[in-house]
Amino acid sequence: MVLRIATAGSVDDGKSTLIGRLLHDTKTVFEDQLASVEKASLRYGDGSLNLALLTDGLRAEREQGITIDVAYRYFATPKRTFVVADTPGHAQYTRNMVTGASVSDVAIVLVDARNGLTEQTRRHLFVASLLGVKQVMLAVNKMDLVDFSRDRYDEIVAAATAHATALPAPVTLNPLPISALLGDNVVDSSDNMPWFTGRPLLEQLETLELDDDQNIGARLSVQWVIRPYSTEHHDYRGLAGRLTGGTLAIGDRVRVLPGAQQSTVIGIDRGGVPQETAEPGEAISIQLADDIDISRGDVVVTVAAHKPPVVADQIVADVSWMVDKPLEVGSRWIIKHLTRTAKAFVSAIETRHDVVTAAQHSTERLELNDLGRVHLNVSVPLVVDLYDDHRPGGAAILVDEATGMTCAALMIRGFDE
Amino acid sequence: MTLIDNRLDSIRDDEGLDELEDEAITIIREVAAETRAPVLLFSGGKDSAVLLHLAAKAFRPGNLPFPVMHVDTGHNFDEVIEYRDQLVKDYNVRLVVASVQASIDAGRVVEETGPRASRNRLQSVTLLDAIAEHQFDAAFGGGRRDEDKARAKERILSFRDRFGQWEPRAQRPEPWNMLNAKIRTGEHLRAFPLSNWTELDIWRYIAREEVPLPSIYYSHRRVVIERNGMLLSVGGPVVAEPGEVPFEETVRYRTVGDASCTGAVRSTAANVHDVIAEVAAARITERGATRADDNFSDSAMEDRKREGYF
Repeated sequence: MVLRIATAGSVDDGKSTLIGRLLHDTKTVFEDQLASVEKASLRYGDGSLNLALLTDGLRAEREQGITIDVAYRYFATPKRTFVVADTPGHAQYTRNMVTGASVSDVAIVLVDARNGLTEQTRRHLFVASLLGVKQVMLAVNKMDLVDFSRDRYDEIVAAATAHATALPAPVTLNPLPISALLGDNVVDSSDNMPWFTGRPLLEQLETLELDDDQNIGARLSVQWVIRPYSTEHHDYRGLAGRLTGGTLAIGDRVRVLPGAQQSTVIGIDRGGVPQETAEPGEAISIQLADDIDISRGDVVVTVAAHKPPVVADQIVADVSWMVDKPLEVGSRWIIKHLTRTAKAFVSAIETRHDVVTAAQHSTERLELNDLGRVHLNVSVPLVVDLYDDHRPGGAAILVDEATGMTCAALMIRGFDE
Repeated sequence: MTLIDNRLDSIRDDEGLDELEDEAITIIREVAAETRAPVLLFSGGKDSAVLLHLAAKAFRPGNLPFPVMHVDTGHNFDEVIEYRDQLVKDYNVRLVVASVQASIDAGRVVEETGPRASRNRLQSVTLLDAIAEHQFDAAFGGGRRDEDKARAKERILSFRDRFGQWEPRAQRPEPWNMLNAKIRTGEHLRAFPLSNWTELDIWRYIAREEVPLPSIYYSHRRVVIERNGMLLSVGGPVVAEPGEVPFEETVRYRTVGDASCTGAVRSTAANVHDVIAEVAAARITERGATRADDNFSDSAMEDRKREGYF
């Protein structure tokens, strides 16, 4: 099972160094990459091998010594395969942090032991909580620069634990003291910190247990209708999409939302190969017994689903705002939810989340990198879930009609009457 | 310090391949549905072979609802062209060929000169011209994030402006991997369904699905010269310089690109299973080992991508 990790930290917390360390110590770094990093280390820096240059790939990043964009890295140990979304620490890159967290099972939040909990750390914890990342590795880094002090570490962990209680949704904090630069508690236990009895970071990641996907009933958002029109497959009509929420089997009774029609599954294909059942995550196409009107954007749900989606055109959502142009009451956007694209009108802004204190502020607009809660009127009914119940059905994006830019990530929290 | 030696141990049959396949097929269907005139870029290389295989699977039992385009540098390995034409027949797809030679003849680009001349960079112009001529609004490519540090920053659906340029600092966020295919006239998208695959994943998938490849991916005897630590095939666009002595060697290719700048590696891997073992034990990335164009500078790939490269 793949573990998806988002890393977050302030500027110079040593995040890229930590990832470089994980890649290096798991022998994921190839000789030519190392040679290229050695060459670049001479150019940018003091000449000692700078593992951060493994991930900071863009020229502007190397020149400025910072991470600008999300970078994806892959490494494996004999126990597990990992995908790391390495996201920048600056406040102005909150949108990248949101993007990284949206596809992750666990977040590594780095804290510089010298600085303790900063505004950035609180922001990272808030984002993880808002995006439903329930496991957080709190890596107190640069312990070598505070003489491996247990008191300093305890102080930081206590502050983080106190902050965690104010977050919008509960997260499990797994704290540990490390030195990414020297490798302490990254792959091997640290000789410098015998007082820490926990396991090193990599071992914790290898064995971290995740909640199983909640089985709330199979659903398939139709991406494409396969009509071969060939002699051999004259009447074939396959509803193609990715299954989520639960298992689907031939013979299952289904409902096609947002309409009210029902039918029975008579065929399931995966890559053109027939099978009896399908599991969540599989890209399949299904055939139904009845010739009912179904097109892209419709959602097929099992009648037996114990938590069926809701058909709604007025939704309440937490939003991460990602562009310079502000979100204002009365503004209009394109909304993309599952495979449906529609128009959305902002009817109200309930609050702006203060990511540092977790307080709520009333506001007329949300600016770049703000997080808040909004009410939207959508031009057509959507087939939605609450984000906490089912991520795929509870997530959406807003797009600017004029520029085509992706402006927001939405997490659906409720519905208006 | 412990170095975890796992490269061979970590190959577990087809672990993870289903998940990668599901993700790729989902991306292919989504982009096909959201764009007006997509095209699949096919080089004859292993990544594009896997991409074509996945695209065909995505719409089965229907046909591929978009054409395939080969940007032909004119510096081809014969085996690759034969292979391309056979695949077009087998998969029953429409092939569009965009020719770098035609771009040179039309004066759109000027051929590089000298012994290190390559048509690799010229391809970007030919590609962008063909996208404009056929009014394609999305091009599927076989790029992977593990290939290069600039590619690691690439989105699944990557936006290109009216000049075909990639601006890494103005990329569209993709929360939950949700794809935004909204563009204006003259702009286009590049789609990378294999973003999250590694070189080893590609080879394991080729083995599992029995995806056919050009024969030059497997070991054979070839007359080569050694230049900058790379083995270049002699007889085509590469000419031995004074002091470079051609010799015969048992080699295979790890990537297939423009014959003038794609190097072979010494190898006795004669079939896909040998190759998997070799790739798993490799200590050098495929581009580092075989691409003169990327060793040129630290940000060579980023610079080419900004200009509209694959």
